[in-house]
This record gives sequence, C-alpha cells and structure tokens, in this order.
Amino acid sequence: MTQIRLTIDGETVEVPAGTTVLEAAEKAGVRIPTLCHHPDLTPTGACRMCMVEIEGMRGPTTACTLPATDGMVVKTKTEKVIDLRRFVLSMLLSDHPNDCMRCEADGNCELQDLVYEYDVEWPTHTGLRHNRPVDSDPSPVILADMNKCILCGRCVRVCSEIQGCDVWNFSERGFDTVIVAGAKQDMLAAGCESCGNCVAYCPTGALFDRVAKGWGRAAHQKKVRTTCTYCGVGCQFDFNVNTQTGKITRVTSTPEAPANGMALCVKGRYGWDFIHSDERLTTPLIRDDSMTEGQYPGFREATWDEALDLVAQKLVYHRDNNGPDSVGYLSSAKCTNEENYLMQKLARAVGKTNNVDHCARLCHASTVAGLATALGSGAMTNSIADCTGEAKLYFVTGSNTTEQHPVIGIKMRKAIREQGVKLIVADPRKIDLCNLATLHLQHRPGTDIALFNGIMREILVNGWEDKEYIAARTENFEAFKETIMKYTLELTEEITRVPADKIKEAARLLAENKPGAVFWAMGITQHTTGTMNVMSLANLQMLLGNLGVRGGGVNPLRGQNNVQGACDLGALSNVYPGYQKVVDPAMKEKFEAAWGVKGLPDKIGLTVVELMNAAHSGEVKALYILAEDPMTSDPDLNHVREALQNLDFLVVQDIFMTETAKYADVILPGACFAEKEGTFTSTERRIQRVRKAVDAPGISRPDWQVLCEVATRMGYPMHYNTPSDIMDEIAATTPIYSGVHFWRLDAGEPLQWPVRGDDHPGTPILHVGQFARGKGLFTANEHIEPREAPDDDYPFTMTTGRVLYHWHGGEQSRRSKNLMALYPEPLVEINPDDAARMGIAEGDKLQIASRRGEFVARAWVTDRVASGLIFGTMHFPAGNANWATGAFLDPIAKIPEYKVSAVRVQKIV
Amino acid sequence: MNVVSTEIMPDDPVVVPEKKAHMDAILDANRDRPGATMLVLTLLQEEFGYVSLPMQNYISEQLKVPLSHIYGVLTFYSSFRMTPIGRHQVNVCMGTACYVRGGPTVIDKLEQVLGVKVGETTEDNRFTLDICRCVGACSQAPVVMIDDDVIGRVKPQDIAKLLRKYE
Ligand code: SF4
Ligand code: SF4
Ligand code: SF4
Ligand code: FES
Ligand code: FES
Repeated sequence: MTQIRLTIDGETVEVPAGTTVLEAAEKAGVRIPTLCHHPDLTPTGACRMCMVEIEGMRGPTTACTLPATDGMVVKTKTEKVIDLRRFVLSMLLSDHPNDCMRCEADGNCELQDLVYEYDVEWPTHTGLRHNRPVDSDPSPVILADMNKCILCGRCVRVCSEIQGCDVWNFSERGFDTVIVAGAKQDMLAAGCESCGNCVAYCPTGALFDRVAKGWGRAAHQKKVRTTCTYCGVGCQFDFNVNTQTGKITRVTSTPEAPANGMALCVKGRYGWDFIHSDERLTTPLIRDDSMTEGQYPGFREATWDEALDLVAQKLVYHRDNNGPDSVGYLSSAKCTNEENYLMQKLARAVGKTNNVDHCARLCHASTVAGLATALGSGAMTNSIADCTGEAKLYFVTGSNTTEQHPVIGIKMRKAIREQGVKLIVADPRKIDLCNLATLHLQHRPGTDIALFNGIMREILVNGWEDKEYIAARTENFEAFKETIMKYTLELTEEITRVPADKIKEAARLLAENKPGAVFWAMGITQHTTGTMNVMSLANLQMLLGNLGVRGGGVNPLRGQNNVQGACDLGALSNVYPGYQKVVDPAMKEKFEAAWGVKGLPDKIGLTVVELMNAAHSGEVKALYILAEDPMTSDPDLNHVREALQNLDFLVVQDIFMTETAKYADVILPGACFAEKEGTFTSTERRIQRVRKAVDAPGISRPDWQVLCEVATRMGYPMHYNTPSDIMDEIAATTPIYSGVHFWRLDAGEPLQWPVRGDDHPGTPILHVGQFARGKGLFTANEHIEPREAPDDDYPFTMTTGRVLYHWHGGEQSRRSKNLMALYPEPLVEINPDDAARMGIAEGDKLQIASRRGEFVARAWVTDRVASGLIFGTMHFPAGNANWATGAFLDPIAKIPEYKVSAVRVQKIV
Repeated sequence: MNVVSTEIMPDDPVVVPEKKAHMDAILDANRDRPGATMLVLTLLQEEFGYVSLPMQNYISEQLKVPLSHIYGVLTFYSSFRMTPIGRHQVNVCMGTACYVRGGPTVIDKLEQVLGVKVGETTEDNRFTLDICRCVGACSQAPVVMIDDDVIGRVKPQDIAKLLRKYE
C-alpha cells in the first residue's frame, strides 16, 4: 500500500493512502471533535463538527469524510473552524431541551462535553422548538426521547451496518427531520431485536437503557470489565455499578472487547437483572419436611458449618460404605474454569471416582469425540474474527446462529450483506438466516449424514476435491470414498427429501467459494448419530482443503458461556484437565503427584445421563450438583425426577431454587458471575477474565470457596487465597493452559489455547500445517434412521432448541424482568398447513405428548417449520419440551437425541 | 404509541387483484435497475395516487429494501402520499398571515372533526386534510381551501357546518 505524508497542525504524519484526514489526525495525536462519526460506522459527514481548513482549498471541510492526500496541510484549530463548530453546537442547542440537570446521559454525553469544551451559551431565541413525546416508544428495554436527538444518524447506521436489522431511519426533512423506527412504528414491530446497540452508539440521551433510568448517573458509577454469562461467544462488557447503592445499573459495551467490540445481544446487555432478583438464595438450606410454610416449604435455614458438615459427612459415608462410584459429581458450564477444576479435583482426589461430568455431555460431547477422532482435537478450529471475516462461504448446519450465538450471527449477516459471502443453510427449520441464504437445504431431521455424503459425492464426481491436500495431509481416503459413492443424488434425495438439484448446487457453491467455514451446534450433535455427523463435517472440510486455513475450519459453536472451559478442565468422566486420559497410567501418576494423593481412580466414570440411570437403579446413592439443572436440561424429565427421588442424598449448589434443587437434601447458595473472580473460556478457545462487580446476596459464597470447604471437611485440606492461585495450579498440570495466568489476562493479553508457556502467545487457528493427530482421518459414515419415527399414534416429529430471549432451562433468563417482558411464555412452532388441518390458531394452547411425557405451550403458526414438524424449547418448566424428549444415546459420545422425538399434538380447549 | 394501522383497506392495491398485478408489473420491470426503490415508489405514486403501508411492506419484501428506508423516502419528498386522496381536498393555509391569525387552531379543529391527521384521508374517502402555502388572500386570514373554493375568516366553530355541502 502506498504511504502518503501530510502535515496536521504542524505535525508531519505518514499514513496509508485511503486514510481520512480524521484518522490521520488521530495518528498525529491531534484531536478533532466529532459527533456523527464513529470508527465502526460508514462516515456520512452529517454533523459538521469535524470541520478543518486545508491549505489551498476553498472553505472548511469535514475531516471525517475527506481522504488525506500527499502533501496536504491541515489546520484544525483556526479561528474560523472554531467559530463554525460553535455555530453547529449552538444550532443543535436551539432545538434541544435544557435538561442536563436530570438527564440520564449527564456525564456521559458527547454533546454536553463539546458544549462545555467550546463554551457555547444556551441560545435565547424564541423561535420554533420541537416538543416531542419524552418516552416515545413502548420497548421494554429502550427509552427513546427524540427531543434529545441531534440527528447524527449513528443509530441508523448501527442498526443497519452492525445489527443488520434496519430498524431506524430519518423521516421528514428540514427542520422536521426525525428518526423513526420502520414506518413510524414501535421498535419491536419494526423488527428490533432489542440488542441495544443503537443505545450504545447514541452520543446523547436520546436513546437510553430503560432499566437504568433513575439508577444513578456517570459521576456515581464505577465500571467493571467482565465476560457475559450467557452464551459461548464470550462477549466482554463493563458492568456499571452505582458506588452509593452497590447495585449494577446497566451494561455498557467497550471497543476493547476482543470477540464482540461494541456489539452485544439482548441477553448480554439486558439479561443481567436476575443478579439482583429477590429470588436469589441467600443462605444454606437443609431439608426439613416439618417446614410447610415460608419462602421454601420443605427446607429450613442453616448455618454454613452445619450444612457443610452434613454434606461432607454424607459424601464420605457413601464413598466409604458403598464405594467411591456410588457418588456422582455434576460440574457446571456456568461456573468458572477454576471452579470446574476444583470440582473434578474434589471428585477424583477426594471422592476417588471419575463419576464427574457436566452438561457438555448434552450439547457437544459428540463434537469433542468426533473431532478428536478425525483431527485429534475437539474444539472450534478457527477464531470468530477469521472464520466470519475471511471466509468466502459459510456452511451453517444445525445452528440457529442469529438467535443462539447472536454476535457471531450479526458478524455473518454483515459479511453476507457487505462482502457478498455465500451462505448455505442446512436446517430442517427456516431459521432467520435463511432470509440471507444463497441456498437453503431443508432436510428431514436426522438425515444429516446422508445429506453431507450426497454433497461430497457430487464434489468427487466432478473432481472438485483438493487432491493435493488430501494426499499430503489426510489418510483413509479410499475407504471413505467407497462409502460416499453409494450416496447417489437419487438415494440422497429419497432419504433427506432435499431435491437433487439443490444438492448439486450446494456442491458447486462449496467448490467455487473457498475458503469456506463450517458452523454447527446442537442440530448436528444431539442425535444418536451425533459423533458421525461431526466426523462427516470434518470429512467435508478435508475434502475441500478448508482446514488449517484462515476463513475455513470446522467451527462448533459452544453453547454455555464456559462449556469449553468446563471440558478443558476435566469436568468429564474420561479425562483429567487438558483432555489427559484417566485410563493412562502416566497421567494417573502425574496427578497423584500434583495433588498429593494415592489411588486416583483409573476407570472411566459415568456420564450425565448414565449417572441419572444409575441413580434410578440405585447404584448411585449420592449426587453433588454444582449449578446445573438436570430437571430442566436432561431428556425424559419424568425419568430424571424418579432418579433424583431415589437418591439417598442430593446436594445442590446454585443461585436459585431450581427445579432440581426442589429435590435436594442440602442447598448451598453460590455466587453468580458478577460476584466472584475467575475466568471463562469461550467457544473460540479464548480465556477471559470474570470480575467481581457486586457482593453476593446474604451469606452466599463464591463456589470455589464452598468446594474448598467441602474438600477440607472430607479430610483433604484444600485452600487457595484467590482464583488466580487455582489458575497457576491449572497451568502447572494442564499443557494446553500452561501459559495461562491472571497476570497475563489482566495485562490485556488475548489468549486462545493451546498456550504452551508463559511466553507463548496462544493459538488462534488449530491444525495449521499439521493436524493435532498427525494426518487427518477420513471416516466412512453411513446414514442411520433416528431412533423414533413418527407413526399413527405419534404423527409429528418434534425438534427442540432455544430462542433469542432465553437461555437453556431459563433459571437466569426467566428471572430477568427485561427478558420476560420481551418473551413471557413458551411457544411451539407449528406449520400453517398442519394448524389449518387441526383447527389450530395462533396463540391456542397445545398439549404435546410423547411416549414418555407431555407439556403445554402456545402455538406459533409459522412456516419456519415444515409440515409434520414442530419445534419446542426448554426455557419454561411446565412448557419444557424435555418432558417429551427421549434419552436415546449416541453410542460413542453418550449424547441424547434431543432433536428427534415422535409426538402427538392436541389443542386444549 | 406510534403504531401505524396495519389494517388493510378493502381497496388497497395489495388486495385488489388487478391493482396488485399492475404493481407487480411495475416491480418486475424495475427491480434490477439502479435506484429501483425511488423509481418504483414514483411510478406507484403516479399510478395509484398514494403508497399505503401495506404497499410499503410489499415493496420492502419484493425489493429486499428495509421498510424504514422506504418510509424515509416517502416522508422526505412532498410528492408522495401514504393515504389515498379523498373526493374533496381540504387545504388549510399556513402562510404567515394565516399562521398568526389562527391557522393552527383551525387545523386542530379540522383534525378533530374529520378524525384524521394532516396528510390523511377520512375512512369514507370523503376528505383529505392538508396544509398549503399562502394562497394570496391574506386579508381574509385564516383561510381554508376546499377544492377550488377559497373560504376566508374561518372560525373553528363554523367548520362542521362548512363541510356539510361537500358530499
Ligand atoms: S437517536 Fe441518538 S444516535 Fe440516533 S440520530 Fe439521534 S442522537 Fe444520533
Ligand atoms: S436495539 Fe438493536 S435491533 Fe433494535 S433498533 Fe437498536 S440496534 Fe436496531
Ligand atoms: S452474544 Fe452471547 S456472549 Fe454476547 S452478549 Fe449475547 S449472550 Fe452474551
Ligand atoms: S463528525 Fe464529521 S461530519 Fe460529523
Ligand atoms: S397567509 Fe394565508 S392566504 Fe396568505
């Protein structure tokens, strides 16, 4: 790129051609005031604050839109431009309410700052001023006061360029120009996703967070940088804490956040208010059936000493009398890395059992198993930035990305809209991304392998495979090819019901647009063939040579905020931290030495669903559940309930009285992510800090401290001063984390594992040059029908998933007033043809029943689902689709088939 | 609070088959041209005399242009209307003389009597209410024009009676 030199206020600066004068000034250390400009958005030159004078040019011009040229001489502080800026500000004030005194944005308003800096007097004119409604939109999360709007247009550009929703625009003209949503509608009616990103970019108080109104202004707030507790994208943001009340007032975004920048989704920005919910547990509780009254019938309040002693005594009793494997430990993808490490250490070193697992078993166990087989490492191979930013094509399958991983979803939308990236969606449902898709393959649920095989055969038949890559970097190609060749277009169409020409088109698009990135989530993993589904996708990417390159990769999107970390730190029944196998004697020896114990168990333990089965049959007598809620998240809830009731002892450590906690003997109140220190690892293997913003309610304690207490009382003294000390121990025992320390993270280093040492920078892309296992392994996978097919009694196929506004079992999101205002009750998607045939109207109550159980939810009549298919969620206890799902397991990864159940649908009158 | 009625009038071009066909023809002929949105909106305005919200929604879907952009264009240029023109055109003068001598009160009254806002048409299609610039009858301010009749010295309380003779 050619460099140019220019002079700004006497400073000479060198910048690449194409830089604007504003950007060049920034580089020269000269500040030019701006209002409409934002570095993330297309410049428009609307506000004229950034006027500068250029030698040889007639009259001042706007620096934000003017490209710098070689030899340019720029003056930013002449009397003329200063006067102009004062005039601009004075004009803005002439139609602005004099309301700083009680404005929420006081101390945090770019207009206020500039008026102060330029010492502009309040205009005394008596001419026209607008008098618009002060709270003009009923959005439950956003407060709009267009009297304070300065028409900078940032909200218009954010919503279009970043969020891809195009809610806002200018309407009318001249003096009457005003920002409106859609065709002057309510924001929600105009397609608003309530991300609040327009609020984040608004320079004044025109757009603000409704929740934060009246909670305190900038002067009384401190900011605490932390990581979101909802999904695995790993967005970072600042909690604003009112130092007088000790309460969180709002979330503000920061351009320094590595994964998301200024963007957040509705859950991250507005879903945090569960933290201060009055339903939080505040004290330990012990079962006492004589307590029939009070907030928690069946329980009495207890001291920490009493509760912890009881837990320790019971766990020791069962370990010593019924054998170590009579006790199970469920760790948590919501908790920090440090806590997961301690939980598995407690199970293994103190409990002497490998019966420790967590809900990753229910979401991506098949990803971990499938990718470990094919490539040697079970995680997302690329970084969010390169696989969404540099790919020429996205192949999205079994991931409703814009709702489940919203910030990755908006990056995809932006690249598709602005860079013309091609998109193939392979999904039985018409998800929102289909609106932007080049091609939508709407296959029958549970026929993924056949679909991928059919596409790969087309690639082979046309000679589009990357022969060099296959020869150099992979093995077992011939055996794979033999299987693939059976999946002719005719056969594939018959199995999947995807028309043959669409399969051909998919193959062509994949071959012509490289590198392509594959993304998936639970739609691929939660099948009895989950592991093979994943291996098929690895096949596809090896066939195309799309692995180990920027813009390519196999990219499983991990669900929970820290499901990646919980796996990494060994909360799995078969591996120690860092995926070191429990059956490997060398590893056993290593951890015995590290933990100062003898006789670590060397047999693989029970997984989540197996633990429930063992509890049901009486083999497992006691369970310690840390911040998980199997009574909403496991399949076949009637079976889970019987299992929990059958236990001799159940201890649940959580922040709310969850559905599971209702069956507990002891409940230990934990601290949520805003109340403790630690780290989470996001889907792109990025380890990020979680920081304490507020105190935990009542006498509840950070979970890592509780785990230390239990271990100590069980006879294994466990003590750490801070989570940072725990991380140091992790680094010493876990090769992929060996360079991870709080001091590096706090210094702002962006670390993605493997981090091989204190001076190793981390690994943004896996498998560059060579696969973790050496050669990539092609596998031959055959189509197998899902375990349950619709029949006369249960004629519908039900598939399950989540919605934008809620999270998993909903323990947090249902206690967020903001999210509940946006999505108050469970809905089941049903196709208009089926609905018409059965006389079902939008909003009718439906009862959905399978062979195992039933639930009730309202109908959303929509062609998002094909005829014969319905879609349910797990966010609301009574409307939880898991009353109906089955616990059919993938034989390798032991993941249940949530995605296909046979059900019948009845209208309730 | 802002909700524009999403109700579809029985004679809206999106529901009347011949009109719909005409709309589609205009859309099809222009969808791939540069500046298609402006072109289509102008042609539809000429053809039907207005571009209703249901029409805007339809155009937005067809051209894959956000509704907010279409609405922005329609409100920016004064040549566009969003409601059909009624049988009689009521224009309230908002020139300086009329403005200071009660024009705004006349508008308030008209809005109340007709049950529509400036720029809109009554449901029975009888009147369209609008404002206009000085019509050169300043001495009789405030002035209202109904079709070609210039009515001066309008008193708000006379308005209901005034409208009666326009069927
Ligand atoms: S609402 Fe805020 S961001 Fe939008 S144009 Fe007005 S001042 Fe700018
Ligand atoms: S909240 Fe998000 S989707 Fe809604 S208008 Fe603002 S930027 Fe657009
Ligand atoms: S995308 Fe995920 S991490 Fe980001 S704010 Fe939303 S829920 Fe939180
Ligand atoms: S900042 Fe340059 S015109 Fe607004
Ligand atoms: S101002 Fe109304 S007629 Fe001149």
